Amino acid sequence: MALMDSPPADEMAPHAFVGVEDVDLVYGRDGDGVHALSGASFSVKKGGFAAVVGPSGCGKSSLMKLATGLIRPTRGRINLDGQEVTGPVSVAGMAFQNPTLLPWRSTLKNIMLPLEIVEPHKSRLRSNKAEYLERAEALLASVGLAGFGARSPWELSGGMQQRASLCRALIHEPALLMLDEPFGALDAFTREELWSVLQALWMERRFTVILVTHDLREAVYLADTIHVMSARPGRIVASRDVPFAYPRTLEDTFKPEFVDLVHDLRDHISRERQT
Amino acid sequence: MSDPADTPTPVPTGRRAAWSDMAAPWILGIGLLIAWEASCKIFAIKTFVLPAPTDIVASLWKWHAVILLHAGQTLYTTVIGFVFAVVGGLILGVAVGYSRLLYKAFYPILIGFNSVPKVAIVPVLVIWFGIGTIPAVITAFLLSFFPIVVNVAAGLATVEPEMEDVLRSLGASRRDMFFKVGLPRSMPYFFASLKIAITLALVGSVISETIASNSGIGYLMLNASSRFDVPLVFAGLVVVAMMGVAIYALFAAVENRFTGWATRGQAIRFDAGGG
Repeated sequence: MALMDSPPADEMAPHAFVGVEDVDLVYGRDGDGVHALSGASFSVKKGGFAAVVGPSGCGKSSLMKLATGLIRPTRGRINLDGQEVTGPVSVAGMAFQNPTLLPWRSTLKNIMLPLEIVEPHKSRLRSNKAEYLERAEALLASVGLAGFGARSPWELSGGMQQRASLCRALIHEPALLMLDEPFGALDAFTREELWSVLQALWMERRFTVILVTHDLREAVYLADTIHVMSARPGRIVASRDVPFAYPRTLEDTFKPEFVDLVHDLRDHISRERQT
Repeated sequence: MSDPADTPTPVPTGRRAAWSDMAAPWILGIGLLIAWEASCKIFAIKTFVLPAPTDIVASLWKWHAVILLHAGQTLYTTVIGFVFAVVGGLILGVAVGYSRLLYKAFYPILIGFNSVPKVAIVPVLVIWFGIGTIPAVITAFLLSFFPIVVNVAAGLATVEPEMEDVLRSLGASRRDMFFKVGLPRSMPYFFASLKIAITLALVGSVISETIASNSGIGYLMLNASSRFDVPLVFAGLVVVAMMGVAIYALFAAVENRFTGWATRGQAIRFDAGGG
């Protein structure tokens, strides 16, 4: 098992797709603001699957917003594909714990929403409707929602809504997928099912993923690198490579080396919680 | 059901429940009428104190031509005032819901304005416009304007932050956000407010007619009351009530037609009105 503690800053390889470099984030006014992040650094290589875990309230979700340019860091620098992030980036797809589907649109129309916003799809959508519909249907089928496109989101179960939310995050073929506890509200069986759905999608398309989660098994199952955050103000206190070959199965999660890694991460986090 | 989390929500049927739902208000209404009629007969209540339902019906029949004329006038001023309220309320509601600055600027004034009893404004309107149609239209407008503004603004202002993040991370413009999410999202609020607004417009018209008019149901009732023709006063009340229920039902149907997705087939809905 390849173990290494916090990589030094010079290890931020130039080929990193996402680079978070020594980032501070303070919400509110200087002085009495909430210090969410302090000197957070990590990078994700192109096509990599990074998971960020940490005690609750450690600023994990802030990292998501920073990396997609929704908020600006107070100090430090965020790079995406070699460019500094200065505003909302359109190469990202996002999914949250709350599926946030629009109830007045059918599931299929919900999934196609990004196509109405992101170029070049926006201008091509009208004249290539059939092609895009086909793509959306295919994506729905790949997450096990074939034939549900015409349903309204509220006719779907929680797990199905989350599948649809994943589709919406991927329809415009983003280079970066940001997931903020996407399976947090689901029951254990559905969650594990969606792990394998997400893994299959990632293996097929090889987009870069940053997964924020508090479920350590989820992190080890899915990610190739796991970053552990400290309590607030958050920074990366440890990074672990996950050596298991893809595709991983639920069986793997019961193997001793898998369980060891989960325990190791848990130790790190409980230590962080105490400080 | 093998996998409860992944089965679509079943649509409730309950045909028997629907039948009793339909019958309940009729049974209660007719029951009350019988009790009323019986009380008047048993206690020999004088017609000019409380006319029995049969007296009211007789009066309705006797004066139906006159009542129809005045009801037409009331409906006319109600609808004109309401139309202005819809247009104005929609515009101001969108502006206030869309811009924080306009919200801050307008809201206290709107609240203050809405707190003024509209009856108190009618004498002012009479000074400016004389008696008749115009004060009635304006009173109808004033009463029905506010709920539309508040509801539309509320719909726009309560878009989920995650939904905003999803769209902003796609590079959506404010225009996109407004047309794809804000506006459709505020439509149920808008249509719900129409039901309340049209009833309030009717209240406004009748108030104005009782104070300053020589036509309309309000005037007819005032006139009948001054002649101690109490059955006709009650006939006027019945007509106002019927008009209120009819226009409410009309807009409830419109609401259901356009934004049925928002209520998802729930049987019970509560709305508040007043004036």
